[in-house]
Amino acid sequence: MDSLQTYLFISAILFSLGLYGVITRRNGIAVLMGIELILNSANINFIAFARFGGMNLSGQVFALFVIIMAAAEAAVALAIIINIFNNLQTVNIDEAQQLKL
Amino acid sequence: MDNILSWIIWIPIIGMVAIGFVPRGQQDLIKKIAAVTTGIQLLVAVMIWITFNPTDGSFQFMERAEWIPSLGIAYILGIDGLSLPMVALNALIAFLGVFVSWNIDRAVKGYFALFLLLDTGIMGVFLSLDFFLFYVFWEVMLLPMYFLIGMWGGPQREYAAIKFFLYTLFGSVLMLIALLALYFACGKTFDMLLMMERAPFALDGVVWWGMSAIKVIWVLLFIGFAIKVPVFPFHTWLPLAHVEAPTAISVVLAGILLKLGVYGMLRINYTMLPDAVWWFAGAFAVLGMINVLWGAMCALAQKDLKKMVAYSSISHMGFLLLGMAAVIAGGAANGSNLMAAQAGINGAVFQMFNHGTISAMLFILVGVIYDQAHHRDIEGFGGLAAQMPVYSGIVALAFFAGLGLPGLSGFVSEAMCFIGAFPVFRTIVIISTIGILLNAAYFLWAFQRMFFGKLNEKYTGLVDINRRELFTVVPLLAITIFLGIYPRPFLDMIKETMNVLIDQVVIVGGIAGIF
Amino acid sequence: MLINYALGILFLPLLSFIILILVGKRLPRQGDWVAIGSVLITLILSLAMFGSMLLSHDPGFSHEASIEWMDLGAFRIELGFLIDNITIVMLLVVALISTMTHVFSIKYMAGDIRYSRYYAYLGLFTFSMNGIVLANNLFSLYIFWELVGVSSYLLIGHWFEKDSAADAGKKAFLTNRVGDIGFFIGVMLIFTALGTFNYGEIFQGVAQGDMAGTLLTLAGIGLFMGAIGKSSQFPLHIWLPDAMEGPTPVSALMHAATMVAAGVFLTVRLFPIFTPEALLFIAYVGGFTAIFAATIAITQNDIKKVLAYSTVSQLGYMILAVGTGAYIAGFFHLVTHAMFKACLFYGSGSVIHAMHHALHNKHDHDTDPQDMRNMGGFKSKMPVTYWTMVVAALAISGVPLFSGFLSKDAILAGTLAFGTHHPQHFLLPIFGFGAALITAFYMFRLIFMTFHNEPKLPELYDDINESPKEMTFPLVLLSTLSVFIFYTLPYFNPLSDHGWFMELVKAKDSMVPGNPSAHEIAEGIHHSHTLTMILSTLVAALGIFLSWSVYLKKRISADAWAEKLTPYYNLSLNKYFFDENYDKYLYQPLLRLADRISFIDWELYDKYFINGFGHVTKWLSFLTGRTDYDGLDQTIVDGLGRSMSKAGSTLKEVQTGRLQNYMLFALFGVVIIVIFQSF
Repeated sequence: MDSLQTYLFISAILFSLGLYGVITRRNGIAVLMGIELILNSANINFIAFARFGGMNLSGQVFALFVIIMAAAEAAVALAIIINIFNNLQTVNIDEAQQLKL
Repeated sequence: MDNILSWIIWIPIIGMVAIGFVPRGQQDLIKKIAAVTTGIQLLVAVMIWITFNPTDGSFQFMERAEWIPSLGIAYILGIDGLSLPMVALNALIAFLGVFVSWNIDRAVKGYFALFLLLDTGIMGVFLSLDFFLFYVFWEVMLLPMYFLIGMWGGPQREYAAIKFFLYTLFGSVLMLIALLALYFACGKTFDMLLMMERAPFALDGVVWWGMSAIKVIWVLLFIGFAIKVPVFPFHTWLPLAHVEAPTAISVVLAGILLKLGVYGMLRINYTMLPDAVWWFAGAFAVLGMINVLWGAMCALAQKDLKKMVAYSSISHMGFLLLGMAAVIAGGAANGSNLMAAQAGINGAVFQMFNHGTISAMLFILVGVIYDQAHHRDIEGFGGLAAQMPVYSGIVALAFFAGLGLPGLSGFVSEAMCFIGAFPVFRTIVIISTIGILLNAAYFLWAFQRMFFGKLNEKYTGLVDINRRELFTVVPLLAITIFLGIYPRPFLDMIKETMNVLIDQVVIVGGIAGIF
Repeated sequence: MLINYALGILFLPLLSFIILILVGKRLPRQGDWVAIGSVLITLILSLAMFGSMLLSHDPGFSHEASIEWMDLGAFRIELGFLIDNITIVMLLVVALISTMTHVFSIKYMAGDIRYSRYYAYLGLFTFSMNGIVLANNLFSLYIFWELVGVSSYLLIGHWFEKDSAADAGKKAFLTNRVGDIGFFIGVMLIFTALGTFNYGEIFQGVAQGDMAGTLLTLAGIGLFMGAIGKSSQFPLHIWLPDAMEGPTPVSALMHAATMVAAGVFLTVRLFPIFTPEALLFIAYVGGFTAIFAATIAITQNDIKKVLAYSTVSQLGYMILAVGTGAYIAGFFHLVTHAMFKACLFYGSGSVIHAMHHALHNKHDHDTDPQDMRNMGGFKSKMPVTYWTMVVAALAISGVPLFSGFLSKDAILAGTLAFGTHHPQHFLLPIFGFGAALITAFYMFRLIFMTFHNEPKLPELYDDINESPKEMTFPLVLLSTLSVFIFYTLPYFNPLSDHGWFMELVKAKDSMVPGNPSAHEIAEGIHHSHTLTMILSTLVAALGIFLSWSVYLKKRISADAWAEKLTPYYNLSLNKYFFDENYDKYLYQPLLRLADRISFIDWELYDKYFINGFGHVTKWLSFLTGRTDYDGLDQTIVDGLGRSMSKAGSTLKEVQTGRLQNYMLFALFGVVIIVIFQSF
């Protein structure tokens, strides 16, 4: 089972679950969590390709960047969601459509 | 005395600007400024007349300045025996016109400003020796005329104004084409003096669309000018414009504007395309005959006095065309009859001047009665001779002048035109002499219907002609009588120039050959 | 010196005209003394010239002076005077009759509302008439020719409140203009061929043959057209009878003695250039007019109309004389006729004046004071008028001892001589003698109807009085001048026309080759002289006798004859319907044509053709406007924009604002890309 396909398969499942969460959830927090899943599926891909593709350590480095970026993203996104909640008394993203004309 | 011609052109513009600064409500001041301006212009014209050298047939008081050198356009002015009488006439008519317009009470400022602009435009046409400048002035004159008819005219004024404008503009466009053709043919210059030298030879043998270029240009120019004259069949704007225009504008129209067409033909067609004169003289004579008879017949049928006078203008311009056609009598083919050529061409120019004074007088007189009776229906009057003796006396004189009575200037010029044209166009002249009879018929008939018979009850309240009106008529009357008795002072001024013109047609036209 | 006299004679009346027209009303007596004074001076000057002519006794006397009126280099016109014996005699006639008219008018026109205007116009007329007489060239002749026309127009229309007077003035002017057109064409023909207007130079040119044949004939006939108009010859005779609407003294001066004679004067002046054909034409026109007008005069009842037609007839005589070559006889008749015809007109004026006063006293404004049927028996009331008129009537009838006999005799002799020479033209002497017979008849009809018999309107009769001295003086003077002696001096022979006149006014030879010389013509006249004398006396006597038996003794009933000859009588009474026919076939069609042309010009040509350009242009611009707006702008240019905006508004529905939707779209996109990639 120690092959690239296995990791990619797990990553794909993880990605699909994340995507599913992003698309179907109305709750902003849940959507954020979906995004975390997608990012982590990307991390798995990076690591897997680095391990099996002979790419030195660049995969791991990218995964680290993604983790850092995910942390930053979570902070910003949570701040946005808190602001939305402050303004609209809800975290349902369907309600947040003021930008739509 | 330097730049005297520029002065005479631009003086009215100074007046126009001055009028622009007059505060609202001071109408008398506006009229006074216009009177003073045109008065000064008249004085300058008299000065030019006195200092003009009649023994010299070429251009005098020349002025020349660069304008758009890259296109060969310059500001060139000059005066000769052809333009001199027209300049004098224009200055006089403009001056009198101001007094004729004294009763204008609507939009006085605009009226007199436009009137002065018109004055400048006309003066400019007569004095420009640069074809482009000529054309510019030609168009400058058109616009004020449009507004003067369209805003201060009678009930149908808009229709009349637009008709006048379009008719004339149509002519201008044709003229513009001819102008450009001549410009390129003469080596890209608009200098008329150069064009007169070069044009007769430059276009020899040039063929456009299977037609001689000379003929094409001639016809374009002819139509352009014929509309102004007006030559049959381009004449129908005239009665309408006359009837609708305010009195002073009718006076300017008949007195000067009609002369512009003839002036243009003599100045441009005759000098630049002298060989085509030979080709076209017959048509000139025939058109002259038609003008004489058609105008007279139409005048005979009119019920409206002003329209009758307008048609009489058409008839009178016919005599002039006959005189212009006579110039070819001087050619070898016609026996070098210089006598006839001189009689005809001098007669034509004299007729221009005389028609200017006589028709101006007639229109002023029509205006006098219209101001009081508020209509111009010939049949509607009757017996006015007893009620307005001075007025009827002056009208009688003016009518007699119109029908060419000896002793009044119109006769001399008409007789000269006839005598000049007779040797070459015998039949045409004989038919045209019927016009003499018809002219007498409609003038006398109108006079009888208006002034003789029992006085119409409605008009016992009419008062005789007043001093202001007399002041506008008497100078014209005096000129008419004086030149009728002794035409030499006038003819001596123009004859040398006319000899130059005849030479241009006969000699240059002869050398250039017919196409 | 003669030239200075002539200048005075010419310009004094003009001066009077100018003064009177400008300030006449403000002068004392409305300025009639200005006019009378000026014309008296011209009379004195004319007499002085006449005296010098008699003293120098030179038939060939001729003096010319010109000024350069126009000089264009090659084309020059000189105006000037030609003073010869014809001029001097004519000047005297004009000055004399003009003076008499001025004097006569003082009382006749007294109280007229335009008294000073009237005298002013008389001055204008005298000026222009003298101008015609003095002219030495065709151009100035034409100028003055038209000017007399104008003064005639003004004087005929003096009482312009009457429509008939205004009409008559206009008719006179226009009819004359018809003739003048011919005249002008003649002048142009001559000028074109000979390059001069001067009589002498024209004669020279013709003599040299520079102008000959048909052209010269046409020129002659053209010039004669002027005479037809001015001297009221057939067929332009219609204006003269109407001209009687003017004041009677004017009729005497212009329409009897001088102005209408200008046409004769012209033909006399230009006689040397008429070709035989032209002369024949002239003779026939003159002869026909003479008899034609006489037949009208017989039936007229208006006293002035009778005289008017008599004038037309007498002028025809003179023209006939010119045509037959006896042109000096024609001129002689012009002079004698001026005297007795002016006298007759003054006499009729005197009668009308008396009638007018009588009617005025009765407050009768309907009775015609000029109708002879209202007169009768005035002989005892107006003896001076009567006797002077009888003398003049005898003169015009051609009774020996009177001036008319001499001149008429000369004319008839010329005609007879011509008729004998050219038997094919036998009609000309018949015209001449026939007219003489009729003339004698209708003149005495006038005398008898007016002065003899019982008064027709007795209630007026008491108010009829002889006219004042100012009016009888001209009558007496002119009737005296109708006696033979003034023309035959220094001889005393009532039967022969030899005297100062025939000695001093000599015929010139014709310049046209082929025409008989003056001598030949004189020979012919001499030969037929005796026969003519007998015939003409007989004819005159017969005419007077007939008239006497019809109108005085009533042996023959005029009414019965009129009944018998009704068609002819009506023709004559209605002047052969000339006015009606001219009106029907000339004026009305002309006016209709004018209306038609004006309609074509204004309603058809302008409204449809010229405005048609406007309409076509408007229609074209409407069409291009539609294409431009609807087609180009709305469909293509705006259409593009509109379709974009439509697309936008459709597509904006995609923009739901829901993040998940966008994700879904992205997902679809990826799926589609993957699908495409895998193929």
